[in-house]
Amino acid sequence: MTDPTIATQQADAGGAYVTALEHAEPTTGQPGRPGKPRSLWSDAWRDLRRRPLFIIAVVVILFLTVVALFPQWFTSVDPNHRDLTRSRQPPSGDAWFGYDVQGQDIYARVVYGTRWSLLVGVAGSLLTVLIGGTIGLLAGYFGGWLDGLLSRVGEVFSGLPFVLGGIVILNAFRSTGVDSALALVGMVVLALALLTWPISMRIIRSAAISAKQQDYVKAARALGASPWRIIFRHMLPNCLAPVLVYATILLGSFIAIEATLSFLGIGLRDPAVSWGVMISDSRNYIRVAPHLLLFPAGILTLTVLAFVMLGDAVRDALDPKLR
Amino acid sequence: MGRYVLRRLLQLIPVFVGTTFLIYVLVWAVPGDPFAGMCGERRCEPGFIQMMTEKYNMDENIVVQYFLYLGNLLQGDFGTTFSGLSVGELIELRYPVSVQLALVAVGIEAVIGLAAGILTGLYGRGFLDNLVLVATLFLISIPVFVTGFVLQILMGFELEWFPPVVGTDPSFYDLLLPGFVLGSLSMAYVSRLTRTSIAENTRADYMRTALAKGQPKRRIVGVHLLRNSAIPVLTFLGTDLGSLMGGAIVTEGIFGIPGVGGLVYEAILQKEGVTVTGVVVLLVIVFLLMNLIIDLLYAVLDPRIRYD
Amino acid sequence: MAVQSMSGTGDLGEGTGVVPDAPLLEVEDLFVEFHTRDGVAKVLNGVSYHVDAGETLAVLGESGSGKSVTAQAIMGILDVPPAVVRSGAIRFRGEDLLKVSDGRRTELRGQGLAMVFQDALSALNPVFTVGFQIEEQLRVRLGMSRKDARKRAVELLDLVRIPNAARRVRQYPHEFSGGMRQRAMIAMSLALDPELLIADEPTTALDVTVQAQIMDLLKELQVERKMGLILITHDLGVVAEVADRIAVMYAGKIVEHADAVSLYRNPGHPYTAALLESLPRLDLKGTELKTIRGLPPSLLAIPPGCPFHPRCPMAEDRCRTEVPGDHRLGLGRTSKCHFAEELVGRV
Repeated sequence: MTDPTIATQQADAGGAYVTALEHAEPTTGQPGRPGKPRSLWSDAWRDLRRRPLFIIAVVVILFLTVVALFPQWFTSVDPNHRDLTRSRQPPSGDAWFGYDVQGQDIYARVVYGTRWSLLVGVAGSLLTVLIGGTIGLLAGYFGGWLDGLLSRVGEVFSGLPFVLGGIVILNAFRSTGVDSALALVGMVVLALALLTWPISMRIIRSAAISAKQQDYVKAARALGASPWRIIFRHMLPNCLAPVLVYATILLGSFIAIEATLSFLGIGLRDPAVSWGVMISDSRNYIRVAPHLLLFPAGILTLTVLAFVMLGDAVRDALDPKLR
Repeated sequence: MGRYVLRRLLQLIPVFVGTTFLIYVLVWAVPGDPFAGMCGERRCEPGFIQMMTEKYNMDENIVVQYFLYLGNLLQGDFGTTFSGLSVGELIELRYPVSVQLALVAVGIEAVIGLAAGILTGLYGRGFLDNLVLVATLFLISIPVFVTGFVLQILMGFELEWFPPVVGTDPSFYDLLLPGFVLGSLSMAYVSRLTRTSIAENTRADYMRTALAKGQPKRRIVGVHLLRNSAIPVLTFLGTDLGSLMGGAIVTEGIFGIPGVGGLVYEAILQKEGVTVTGVVVLLVIVFLLMNLIIDLLYAVLDPRIRYD
Repeated sequence: MAVQSMSGTGDLGEGTGVVPDAPLLEVEDLFVEFHTRDGVAKVLNGVSYHVDAGETLAVLGESGSGKSVTAQAIMGILDVPPAVVRSGAIRFRGEDLLKVSDGRRTELRGQGLAMVFQDALSALNPVFTVGFQIEEQLRVRLGMSRKDARKRAVELLDLVRIPNAARRVRQYPHEFSGGMRQRAMIAMSLALDPELLIADEPTTALDVTVQAQIMDLLKELQVERKMGLILITHDLGVVAEVADRIAVMYAGKIVEHADAVSLYRNPGHPYTAALLESLPRLDLKGTELKTIRGLPPSLLAIPPGCPFHPRCPMAEDRCRTEVPGDHRLGLGRTSKCHFAEELVGRV
C-alpha cells in the first residue's frame, strides 16, 4: 500500500478502522448492494474501476499493444529509409518527431520500436515470474534442506550488482555471435530473468509458506492429496495476487532497464531497434539535436509510467488493509 | 550478539563463493577465442598469448582457475591487467570517488525523500500529496540516463549552476548534481515508503494509547510515530547505499566521473577479465557486508527481532 | 490539534469549568456518525449514561453496538474523519469535554480519565520498553526526573502484581505474557492517578483463568482508589460480580439501563433477556443453549421503529414503525421497549 492514490478516496482508510462497520458489512438489505458473494478479485475489480489512474494506465497499455502488433496502422513511412540530407532535422509537419542522424523518420522508428521494448518487458517479466515462481513454490512447499539450498542459490544471484551483472552476462552472450532480432531479445530477456528471479522467488515462497499453514491446505494434505494437486489447486491461487502486482511493475522497469543496457551498448541493437537503441544512438548529439533523445525517451517514460501506475492500482485494490 | 554476527559472517561465505564463481565463469569461460580483439586490430603475438595463458592458468579447468584466483585474492592480490597495471592499485585509485558519489546520492535521497514522505504522510490528502505522487511516479518511470542527460544540459550547460562534467578529485558541490541523478529513483521509493509507513503507523493502536495517555500531539508524532516509521525506511536506505556503491556506471559515464563504475565498464568492453573479476568481487563483498550491517541495524531498531 | 504545553500538573478543578457535586462523568444524548465510502453509518444514536466516583458501570453489547466508540468519544481519541460527533455532551465533573480546548483535553487524559485497551500487544508501542512507556507520562506530564520516574514505574508494576518489576521494567512488550502485558497496561493507565478508568474489553484477549485475575485486580484497584470504572464488555458473565450498574447497548443506543442485581434477576428488554438466555448456566445443564437469531443491523441502514424488532421474539406491528422511548422501570432503571412493563411484570 505504498501508493498515495488513496488520497483520491478519503473514506477508504477510515473505513478500515471502523469496527462497527466491519460487522455491519455482511448483512443484507444494504441499499444498492445485492447480497451476491464478494471475492478478493471481484472486490478488487469493483475498486479498480473507480480509480482514474488505473483507467488511464489500461488505455495507454492497450494502445501501445495495438501499436506493437500493427505498427503499419500508425505510419506509412519506412523506419529504415535513410536520407542523409535531412539528418537531424527538427520536428515538422512531415515528420512529427523530426529526423535522426542518418535522416530516418524518428516517429516511424518510435512506432516500430514499440514492439521490441514491449517484447522485452513482457517476455522478461513472464520468464522471471515463471522461474522465480516455480522455485519459490518448491522451496515454500517442501521446506527443509531444499528450501535452504534454493534460497542460497537465490542469494548468489541477487548478490550480483544488477547493471554490472547484466553487462557481464550480456557480454558473455555477445561472443556467441547471434544476430537475429529475436535472438537478441532472447539474450536480454534471459539476462534480466537470471538477475531478478530471486525477488519473485522470495515473494512466492513466503506466500506459499503462509498458504501452507492455512487450515484448508492442512486438511487437503491430511486427506492425502498429492503435493502437485495441493500446489496447483490450493497454493498457487493464493500466491497469485502479490506476484501479479510485482510482475506488472517489473514489466515497466524491464523496459527501462533494456533502454539502459542498450544505452551502454550491450542491450538490443539493429535489427531489434527498441526505444533504448534509439536513445543510445542519440547520445552524442543531445546538445545540438535534443529531439533525438526527447521523443523516444518521452514515449519510453510514458510506457513505464503506465505499467507502474497499473501495478500500484492493482496492489492497492488487492490490499485488504486499505478497504 | 557476537555469535549472531559470526554466524551471519559464516553464512556469507557460500554466497560469496557462489557469486564470485558465477562472475568468474561468465568472464573467463566465454566461448570463442579469449584473445580475439584484445590486442587492438592485430592478432595477439604468440608469446603474449603463452605468457597470459600461463599467468592466469588459462589452460586449466575453470574451477581450478577460479580457486587459484581466489587463493591470490585472499592474499590481497587482485592480479594485474594484461598491460601490467596492478588491479588493486586501479581500484584504490578509482573507488573513493564512487563511494563519495554513493554517499552524496543516499544523502540527497534521504533528505528529499524523507521530507516529502513525512510531509505527505502526516498532512497527506491534498495538493501536496498529489504533487508528490506525480513526482514519484515520474522519477520511477524516467530512466536514469535520461534524467542525467536532461539535468546535465539544463543545470550544467544552460543554467551553469553545476559543473556539467566532474573531473578527478571532485568537491562535494561537484557531486551534488550527479548524486541527485543517481539517487533520483530511490528518492521516489524513500518518499513512498516513508509515507506508507507513517500512514500505517498513524492508525496503529499504540498511537491511540499514547493519545489516551495524554501525551502532547507533538511528542506522539515525534517520538512514537517517527521512531516506528523509521524502521523500514532506514533499512531501505542502508540497502540502497550498498547497491549504489556497487557501481554507478551510467551516472559516472554521463558526468565523466572517474569512478569504479567506469573502470569496470571499460574493462568489460576491453575484455580485461582480471579487472572485471577483481572489481566485481570487491563490490560483492561490499554489498554483502552492507546487507549484514542492515540486518544488525534492523535488529537494533526493532527489539522484536531476535538474534537467533 | 493544538500542541499542548507541559503545564498540566496542578489540581484539575482550578480555573476550569468543573462543577462541584456533578457526577464524575455524564454522557448525554451523544450522536456519532462515521462517514464512509458506502454511506453514513449512524454509530451512536443518543447514548446517555453516567458514572460516579467509586462506582462501576458495565457497558454491555455485541460488536458494533457502539460501546467502544462511546468510550473513544469520551477519551477524545476517535479518528476524525471518518468519525463525526453530531451532538450531545460528555461532562467530566460538569465540564463539557466536547467544548473544551484541545490543551485542556490533553491535560485531562491520563490524569482525569485513563483507558485500558483490549489488545495490550498492539496497544503498547513495540519498540519501547514497558518502563519507558510508563515513565513517559510521569516525565512529560509531571516533570519527573528519569530516575524518579523509573522508581515510580517499578512501584506501579509492583502495584499490579507483576513479579520482578525492577527487571520487567526494562523489557519490551513482546517479552511479556498476555496477562502480564494487560497488567502493565493497567499500571500505565494508573500512572497519573486518574479519577475515571475506562476498560475496553480488558480481558477478551486473555485465557479464562487470567481473565478472572485481571477482573479482580481492576475491581480491587477501583475500590482502593475510589475511581469511577467503566467496564466495556460483550460478556455478561464477566461483569456479573464487579458491576454496580449495567448499560446494555444495541445499534448505538442504550436499550436497557439498570442496577446489576435487577437486570440479572429480571431483564427489562427482550435483548437483555436473550443475552442472559444465551449464557451457559449450571442450573440448566443438559438443556439446549439459546442463541439470538439474526445479525446485528447494518449501521448504514438501521431498521425503522425499534432497531431490535427483526430479531425480537416479542415484535409486533408497532415495533416496526414506532421508535420506543425510555420506559421507567423504577429507580434509575429504564428500558427502550414498548413492552418493558409487561416483561418485568412477567416474573
